[in-house]
Amino acid sequence: MTIRPETPIVHVQARKRREIEDVPPQPVLSCEGVDVSYGDFRAVRGVDLDFGVNEITALIGPSGCGKSTLLRSLNRMNDLIEGARVDGKVLFHQQDLYARDVDPIEVRRRIGMVFQKPNPFPKSIYDNVAYGPRVTGMRVSSMDDLVEEALTRAALWDEVKDKLRDSAFGLSGGQQQRLCIARTIAVKPDVILMDEPCSALDPIATSRIEDLMQSLRDDYTIVIVTHNMQQAARVADRTAFLTAQVDEHGQRFGALVEFGRTSQIFERPEDERTSDYISGKFG
Amino acid sequence: MTSITARKGGPGLASGHPASPSPSPSLRGRRRPGEALAKVALRLAAGITIVTTLGIVAALLVPSLGFFAEVPVSDFLFGDRWAPRFAEASFGVLPLVTATLWTTVISLAVAVPLGLGAAILLSEYASARLRKVLKPLLEILAGVPTVVYGFFALQFVQATVLREWLQLPTGAFSVLAAGLVMGVMIVPTIASISEDAMSAVPQALRQGSAALGANRMQTTLRVVFPAALSGIIAAVVLGVSRAVGETMIVAIAAGNQAVVVTDPLQQGQTMTGFIANAALGDSRVGSLEYDTLFAVGLLLFCITLLINAISIALVRRFREAY
Amino acid sequence: MTTLQSAIRGIRPLTGRGGERRPGPVVFLVLLWLSLVVAFGVLATLIVTIVLEGMPQFTTRLFTEYPASSPDEAGARPAILGSIWVIATTAVMTVPLGIAAAVHLEEFADQRNWFNRLIELNVQNLAAVPSIVYGLLALAFLSMLGVRDKSIVIGGALALSLLILPVVIIATREALRAVPAEIRQASLALGATPLQTTWRQTLPAAVPGIATGTILALSRALGEAAPLLVLGALVFVSFDPNGLLSGYTTLPIQIFGWTGRPQAGFHELAAATSVLLLVVLLAMNAVAILIRNRFQKRW
Repeated sequence: MTIRPETPIVHVQARKRREIEDVPPQPVLSCEGVDVSYGDFRAVRGVDLDFGVNEITALIGPSGCGKSTLLRSLNRMNDLIEGARVDGKVLFHQQDLYARDVDPIEVRRRIGMVFQKPNPFPKSIYDNVAYGPRVTGMRVSSMDDLVEEALTRAALWDEVKDKLRDSAFGLSGGQQQRLCIARTIAVKPDVILMDEPCSALDPIATSRIEDLMQSLRDDYTIVIVTHNMQQAARVADRTAFLTAQVDEHGQRFGALVEFGRTSQIFERPEDERTSDYISGKFG
Repeated sequence: MTSITARKGGPGLASGHPASPSPSPSLRGRRRPGEALAKVALRLAAGITIVTTLGIVAALLVPSLGFFAEVPVSDFLFGDRWAPRFAEASFGVLPLVTATLWTTVISLAVAVPLGLGAAILLSEYASARLRKVLKPLLEILAGVPTVVYGFFALQFVQATVLREWLQLPTGAFSVLAAGLVMGVMIVPTIASISEDAMSAVPQALRQGSAALGANRMQTTLRVVFPAALSGIIAAVVLGVSRAVGETMIVAIAAGNQAVVVTDPLQQGQTMTGFIANAALGDSRVGSLEYDTLFAVGLLLFCITLLINAISIALVRRFREAY
Repeated sequence: MTTLQSAIRGIRPLTGRGGERRPGPVVFLVLLWLSLVVAFGVLATLIVTIVLEGMPQFTTRLFTEYPASSPDEAGARPAILGSIWVIATTAVMTVPLGIAAAVHLEEFADQRNWFNRLIELNVQNLAAVPSIVYGLLALAFLSMLGVRDKSIVIGGALALSLLILPVVIIATREALRAVPAEIRQASLALGATPLQTTWRQTLPAAVPGIATGTILALSRALGEAAPLLVLGALVFVSFDPNGLLSGYTTLPIQIFGWTGRPQAGFHELAAATSVLLLVVLLAMNAVAILIRNRFQKRW
């Protein structure tokens, strides 16, 4: 796989490009040879990835390459799908999440998820945020403080502080998504997974959430799936590029092509497929 | 596939590891006994439905076995004299069956045209607004208690319409009156399922027909109707089931005499009518009288079970077709 | 288009052009409307006749007096109270059970399992069994328990509960199904257990649908007489019901009893009680629909 010098390079003004090392020094979450199958069909094969602590890692790639499938296997949400199975290891603080005695409920508390379409509960804003701590039995001295803290951290407090008892459905799309982020961080996870969190939002709301992600990075590790390359280039410290391949039986499956610092992936990709995707030749 | 990771291996928890920013307590779950108990309770609740069915079968079978120990099955099914309480008792169930048959046929003769007419109107001709008003109104017909229908059948249809106005040679009760009113009661059943079936027919078929120059009546009768046929048959079959199982209208208006019915102006006693009337008396548990109730009940249950099975299978077929 | 062609066009009528003038489709439409007219006409006639016939008896006596041998002294008080007792008991027995069964079938059962599919089919079947069979079931069950006098409140409630249980289950399942999957996913993603998710999110969101279905089911039970007759429910009850083991009568049974009497006065009473029953049912249905329209969430 040679780099062709004339490959157009994507220059995107990054928001706040930090100096990070080549490889994540302390991966809080990592995949080792992860296969995700639905019944007999292996949808994602052989993924090795590390997610560095307090970094934003983006999963990019064309549709159907298994990005969301992979993401869902990181917090065992795939368990909810009949016939889904994960082989290989997903290590969280060196513990395999799929080991026999691991409780998926506990996993999901430590690894939170924000979904593509904002999905607040049909309850008040306050109860949305307080739900997680309540059901997971968190001991809180003051729920009011916890809710305020979470909403502040999600850059939503000022907009809702006077209407905490109002229904969450009264908020705009962008606000609802920030509410979903607030309720996720209310249970104090280590990792936040985001499955195309801005694809249902307008550009301004998107921009606010991208800002939010950058500030959340200081306290959390974030993994984001996005079909928007520019977004990955803007916010992510590291990027993993996946694509769909066809095996000898003609079955499509998703595989990891390349993974590294965002600056390297976008400016000097090592794999031809990566550079093709980034330059817009397909996908 | 490139993989740029340096494995910092090491089994176990974070102890042998440079300090992680957050501690990593165990991922082993809390014991949740309340959860397990609750799930068992839910499953038990669902199991009650099975118990109910088994209960019905057992409740009907056990006394019936006692009954058939005394009365040969052929006497029961093919005998034409039903006189269980007489000194010279006879247990031929045909009179009850003929009465049930008459009331069912008469009610279908009323319900099918009216029900299909309403269904076609709602599905092919009515605007959405009209449908929103008419459908609930139709449901009202199903909501009137059958006792009230029975009262109406006896007091108005039989006494006033059939005897006074039409001067028909009939007595205080008749299967005709009961059947007619039962028919009206069943109209919503036939109408709503038929309407579902016809609405499920894709618009493309109607448009294709219209594009060929057919008017709405032709499209309805020649395209939509045949396409929805299995659903419509399912509706009619369900209507039959309701007619066979209906009790109060016949108990009040069809009469009490268990004789083979040959003329709709006659009175007769249906299977359900017998059970309702017989139980009004005091029957000793375990006596032949008592067992007779259940034998007729078993026959009734088997008939409706068969009819319902056919209907459910048909409904499933038409729901899958689209 | 030449003038010749347009001339020909004008002379030869297009096929089907006269279709709208043909009588067929018009008659068809008239017949269709006629079916509705007949059906509603019968309903209207029913309502009018019972109102007219019941008019003389629609007095306070209807609500305060007990059945008597003379129609001028009789009232439906025990029937009113009996209906309340029986329906209340039925509700207490059926509603929690039906909701629990529906929750299991919809949220926790493995849908592909043959056993669970059998249960589903079973519920559908039970919903179509004639109501009198449920009376026989209760009769057999109570006999098995050794209960002598089966015309007691709990007996009637048992028969009616089993009768409407499938209806409650089906209605609850539909209400649960209407709650979007995203709500459950969001709850689980936060670290809630499936049971917590059901109890705190799915079930509360489904409450309007469940309430509507339950009220409709109970209104159906209110109008039922056949199962109770099998249990020997009495038509001449001259006392107020006072407990689960007490004797009772209900509005439909009372109507049935009075209809069978020869005197015209009793027929008037039956008509008046019918009007009362219809009004109560109308109110129940109206409440159910109100709940559905006001509280049903639009997702």
